[in-house]
Amino acid sequence: MKEIVIISGKGGTGKTSIAASFAAIAKGKAVLADCDVDAADLHLILKPEIRRRTEFRSGHKAIIRKNRCTGCGKCAQVCRFDALHDGTTWDAYPEVRYSIDPVACEGCGVCVRVCPADAIDFPEETCGEWYISDTRFGAMVHAKLGIAAENSGKLVTLVRSEAKRIAQEEGADYLLIDGSPGIGCPVIASLTAADFALIVTEPTVSGDHDLRRIAGLAKQLGVPAMVCVNKWDINPAATREIKALAQGHGISFAGLVRYDRAVTEAQRAEKAVVEYCAEGVAMDIQGVWTAVLDAINT
Amino acid sequence: MKIAIASGKGGTGKTTVATNLALLLGERGENVVYLDCDVEEPNGHLFLKPSIDRRIAATIPVPVIDESKCTACGECVKFCQYNALVRLGKTVMVFPELCHGCGGCMLLCPQKAISERDREIGIVETGRACGVCFANGRLNIGEAMSPPLIREVLRQSAAAAIAVIDAPPGTSCPVITSLRTADFVMLVTEPTPFGLHDLGMALDMVRELDVPHGVVVNRAEAGNIDAESFCAQRQVAVIAQLPDDRRVAEAYSRGEMVLTAVPSLRRHFETIWEYIRGQVHA
Repeated sequence: MKEIVIISGKGGTGKTSIAASFAAIAKGKAVLADCDVDAADLHLILKPEIRRRTEFRSGHKAIIRKNRCTGCGKCAQVCRFDALHDGTTWDAYPEVRYSIDPVACEGCGVCVRVCPADAIDFPEETCGEWYISDTRFGAMVHAKLGIAAENSGKLVTLVRSEAKRIAQEEGADYLLIDGSPGIGCPVIASLTAADFALIVTEPTVSGDHDLRRIAGLAKQLGVPAMVCVNKWDINPAATREIKALAQGHGISFAGLVRYDRAVTEAQRAEKAVVEYCAEGVAMDIQGVWTAVLDAINT
Repeated sequence: MKIAIASGKGGTGKTTVATNLALLLGERGENVVYLDCDVEEPNGHLFLKPSIDRRIAATIPVPVIDESKCTACGECVKFCQYNALVRLGKTVMVFPELCHGCGGCMLLCPQKAISERDREIGIVETGRACGVCFANGRLNIGEAMSPPLIREVLRQSAAAAIAVIDAPPGTSCPVITSLRTADFVMLVTEPTPFGLHDLGMALDMVRELDVPHGVVVNRAEAGNIDAESFCAQRQVAVIAQLPDDRRVAEAYSRGEMVLTAVPSLRRHFETIWEYIRGQVHA
């Protein structure tokens, strides 16, 4: 079983459209994982039927127990995340001077530890949900991070490892992972120790710039990568430059995907591009998949 | 006044809106700073083309253990919420890349065996570009934790009257960090199912943060009212619609500003600014 991650560096280059088409082409042979947990879209095309739903609990948040707080302020002195705010007045609890901003709180627990009055509670947080589902192309694991929740990297790791377990149980040939943009925590969690990465970029100054950084990350993590240029005909000269750039980084080229309104139309029809049409852009994506398989199998 | 530009989905046009809005304000003589908080993939400099005059390392404090004092009692290991400290036999090992820099271990070590050193996670670059003060952050490759670097970028707004914050995509910690201090959040979307779905998540987020907000629809197509009906249903104002125009896409691909490449679109950025000014001062 080969684990293939689709990433991009820059957002909005077409990762999910390409991942959905790969899922359609590899129907019955692949398990799918949407690791873009804070802006997940793959389910809009794959229409999963949820088989199992599980709460994702991770980390803690500090909460003031108003009936115990004496207003001494030790918590505010030690907090490095600017989460304890002075000047709160509660009619029922005149001694309480501080409040904790749940958004700023990093859940480190230092305030809990130093509070002499045991006035700070530290419950575990529910940060979202994750699902095991069936789709018309195969099993899928996906998630929804809670609003303003943290620990997206841990949720990605969980989604990925569950998907991997299912892929192994089912004897699938591929685990297809739709990644998130960027190069930080969730991307590192989806890329580390994968068999292969397909980087989807676009022929723009941003696409070029961001490709360098995501290619650097793949190299640092020792994950072999290929690059494909989506909407290549928006700027053919920039496409040529990206091709040269990829070669310079020792990354092979997986192909070009043309700009085509059929991609948005397919999205509106809740279909993968290769289901929606057979020609043009669908052929381009098919070509990229073939190039990826060739690279994996050699 | 702090204006943040965010989106949920990536690639909808945050940087286009943020850089052109900053440029417009600069041209009007406002004291404006553009802050690129997409520190994982900063792109604003490709369009504003600033001359950078200062680069400073952004660091977080991480523990250093004095082995001559450490008794491997394990208090720090038990305390650390991020598993950045691990006891191996009679020593305690530090995994600095997992450390959030809370300082708890140092504070509670009974042997006073822990001090701190600064670990670099990225750099902050500052400079100027055509009447606009500029700052961005560049997260080091392989670094997982961006919020401390984003906080450092946000600190560069002190001298400016107006800060335009270019937020990263998504709805998790890096975005929250970028929006936390904003007076207004402009959400940029595109009229596609993915764009609107992620706009919905971004709306949930800004409402949870309780910040005034509005929507700019980018790549709007004549006759397509998907975005308008979605926004009406979610009761959020559509402030401007930037048309789907190949000239904009081509200018973007070359790193050109919309205000210069397609001057007829300038009025949309003026509308955006007038709206925000009215909302924040109202």
